[in-house]
Amino acid sequence: MPTLWFILVGFMLTMYVLLDGFDLGAGAIAPFAARTNRDHRILLQAIGPVWDGNEVWLIAAGGTLFFTFPKLYATSFSGFYLPLMIVLWLLMLRGLSIELRGHFPSPLWGQFWDGLFFLGSALLAIFLGAAVGNVVRGVSLDQQGRFFAPLWTDFDPRSPTPGILDWYTILIGLLALSTLVLHGANFIAVKTTADLQQRTQRIARLALVSTVLLAAISTVATFWLRPVLLDRFASQPLGAIFPLLAIAGLATVGYARWADRDLLALLASGGYILGIMSSTAFVLYPVVLPAVNPANSLTITNTAAPTYGLTVGLIWWGIGMVLASIYLLVIYRLFRGKVQLDESGY
Amino acid sequence: MNDAATVSRLQFAFTVGYHYLFPQFTMGLAFLIFLLKTLYLRTKNEQYNQATRFATKIFAISFIVGVVTGIPLEFQFGTNWAEFSSFAGNIIAQLLAMEGAFAFFLESAFLGLLLFGERRFGQRVHWLASLLVFVGTWSSGFFIVAANSWLQHPVGFQPQPGGGIALTDYGAILFNPWVGPQYLHTMTGATITGAVTMAGLGAYYLLQGQHRDYGQIFLRLGVTVGLIATIIALFPSGDWEGQQVARLQPAKLAGMEGVFTTESGSGIVLIGQPDVELQRLDNPIVVPNLLSFLTFHRWNAQVIGLDQIPDDQQPDNIAFLYYAYHIMVGLGTIMLGVMLLAALLLWARRLYTSRWALWLLLLIVPFPFIANTAGWFTSELGRQPWLIYGLLRTTDGDSTVVSSGNVLFTLLGFMGIYALLWCLFLLLMLREITHGPEAATAAGTHGVTTDPPDDFLDLDDTALAKP
Ligand code: HDD
Ligand code: HEM
Ligand code: HEM
Repeated sequence: MPTLWFILVGFMLTMYVLLDGFDLGAGAIAPFAARTNRDHRILLQAIGPVWDGNEVWLIAAGGTLFFTFPKLYATSFSGFYLPLMIVLWLLMLRGLSIELRGHFPSPLWGQFWDGLFFLGSALLAIFLGAAVGNVVRGVSLDQQGRFFAPLWTDFDPRSPTPGILDWYTILIGLLALSTLVLHGANFIAVKTTADLQQRTQRIARLALVSTVLLAAISTVATFWLRPVLLDRFASQPLGAIFPLLAIAGLATVGYARWADRDLLALLASGGYILGIMSSTAFVLYPVVLPAVNPANSLTITNTAAPTYGLTVGLIWWGIGMVLASIYLLVIYRLFRGKVQLDESGY
Repeated sequence: MNDAATVSRLQFAFTVGYHYLFPQFTMGLAFLIFLLKTLYLRTKNEQYNQATRFATKIFAISFIVGVVTGIPLEFQFGTNWAEFSSFAGNIIAQLLAMEGAFAFFLESAFLGLLLFGERRFGQRVHWLASLLVFVGTWSSGFFIVAANSWLQHPVGFQPQPGGGIALTDYGAILFNPWVGPQYLHTMTGATITGAVTMAGLGAYYLLQGQHRDYGQIFLRLGVTVGLIATIIALFPSGDWEGQQVARLQPAKLAGMEGVFTTESGSGIVLIGQPDVELQRLDNPIVVPNLLSFLTFHRWNAQVIGLDQIPDDQQPDNIAFLYYAYHIMVGLGTIMLGVMLLAALLLWARRLYTSRWALWLLLLIVPFPFIANTAGWFTSELGRQPWLIYGLLRTTDGDSTVVSSGNVLFTLLGFMGIYALLWCLFLLLMLREITHGPEAATAAGTHGVTTDPPDDFLDLDDTALAKP
């Protein structure tokens, strides 16, 4: 049962990265892709009807993690206190920047929110990546399974008391930024036309190059820091399909960008994200938060909720996800196609 | 003030109190928007449709503030209340996760349709969107109230061998007896907020002599719904809540009513200041025997006073608890009075011209917000010293690894951001209200419409054209 929930929570987090990923990416490319007010509004209208729903995947994943692995939720959220609060503030400011921009007819107002939208989106991408980096690298859990991570210590991931930011987690943060820029640019290219579309296609090509480079460096760095993670592939060679999916995804993005097939590129960058998320989950399993001293690591067994709750949860969770997927399909279908600038929206 | 638990409590109280200013309004308004849209489909009177669009615009602004202030709450259980979260997370988080799965997805998906879908997808789809947004916000309220009810009255669990407790009965937490009264009362409170605000807006337009037709629509709907809701707040829902508290949480009842000494035939305090040091009430005005009657339906029933409750089980801020409760009931009574009066004038067809009554309706707009906040302070302060009533003390529930300095840092950060948020909210609200209902167009009822629709920023872009 805990294994099943490990996969389901992983699924929700992946949905979050796939969906909110492209609107975060859209924010991170906004100042480079959008030249005029009109461009900015088209960008916002492309993500406008869906971004909040995308973010709900994060909230729902948080809630699901909370009831399925309460100890993990409690330990990691209190241990990562400061960075989480910063993430919350960024989420708030970024949400406001999307929704409030269109409400006041002043150039300064618009520029202020555009700036905040860019900063919030880019920093969130970096922080979310750094969060994954922290989980892979491990934290200084004590015997009671508690820790408190400072924002930084000596920037060395091998230190006995690593901080949130060190060269490794920053590297993963940059990889995340680059990945989401790629994904976001692919999405915006699908939703736009003319020169805005061409600019985003150019950005996507650049992001593809940097993503390939950063992904290669990160993979080497990860296995250099934590060689044990490689053992998972030795014991379960089938797991190799996850990284292969990521590689195939990236290769397909390369083909699609070269052939200017925007929708294929978007699907492929989605496949690549699915690949790296599932690879990460695969190498970590059954550990969910590694400790510097491996004996103190949190695993799915020592953090999972009792079986009864997990079983009932499965029932309503299933219903809830079916409903959520239906809304998702309905909304994306209703708002499909290129954005037609609606004079009165955003 | 220096221990982390206290600062975390302040932070939770501040952030949840602030958050709730918005959902109470959006839940109330979602209901009224649904009514307006239904009225339009029934009567085909275009003004109802226009009023719907306008209300949706106002809704959108407060919804976004509700969303962004809600997210930190969900995470604060883990960040600031880690011991509580690992103690009871497998129970309380079922409800929180269900709120995400059943309510938030629904709201967020169909709000977009409500805002941008009317022209593209037609009136029926738009009506359906208004219904789904209404259902979404109200089910959000249900799950969160069920979560709070469980803290007030924990059920359906069993102690676990390794510490903590485990869920044993799923139905029990969802249909906790505490939920019924609390949900009814909370939703009534939210409806009051929506209705009083709508009536106040109508009164404002009539007093200003602007948008008279819409002012009358808002008054009719606001006053009718407002009257019904203020009555329900008092009876049966408020009465129900009071009885439940009396039965299950005597310490809270004693604190909120200011009963220091146990007596039979206890009177109800209308006015008076609790003096906790001397354990008595100063300057009291009391209606004899009424409290016993209201809570136990017997004039001579015994009401337990604080003297019978051990010190370590008494709420730690009796005076505040007492005032919070009295503010809620006092404002509730005033609102009921004003709504009754306005309804009589409406019935006699004199409301639209009675400037003094319109002034009253305008001036009470802040009252429901204060009453709702005060009501929550009553429940939550009265629950102290327990985080989970009778099971886990608040001081045992906070995160041991987070220092008070760190919490203070984030509390100050929230205060800063929320102050900014408040200014923005007021600015945008006043702007929408000044523009008035006629300005809302059918397309997206969301953006700048009365201003030149052309790209206002492009002018400036060319002026600043990059070389
Ligand atoms: C406009 C809002 C409003 C109004 C007019 C009233 N209330 Fe209220 N009250 C609330 C809004 C509210 C609330 C914010 O919604 C609370 C907080 C928790 C809850 O269940 O509802 C609440 C709580 C609350 C509680 C505490 C319940 C608990 O501890 O769980 C009691 C006993 C009452 N109310 C009783 C009353 C009575 C007798 C009223 C008669 C005038 C009244 N309320 C008017
Ligand atoms: C929206 C309305 C609510 C308001 C205004 C409110 C208000 C408060 C206040 C004032 C406190 C501080 C109490 C004190 O320091 O003495 C508090 C604490 C708390 N509330 Fe609420 N509350 C609300 C809803 C909820 C809900 C729905 C939940 C549960 C899901 C909840 C859970 C808590 C917790 C965990 C604490 C911290 C521990 C404690 O002080 O007991 N609250 N709340
Ligand atoms: C009685 C108390 C509460 C009620 C009735 C309530 C209701 C609502 C409603 C209706 C919304 C939708 C946004 C809006 O209408 O403004 C909302 C947003 C939200 N609330 Fe609350 N809330 C309460 C307290 C809390 C608490 C204690 C939490 C934390 C667990 C919370 C978490 C959230 C979150 C995460 C959102 C954002 C959802 C989104 O992105 O769509 N709320 N709340």
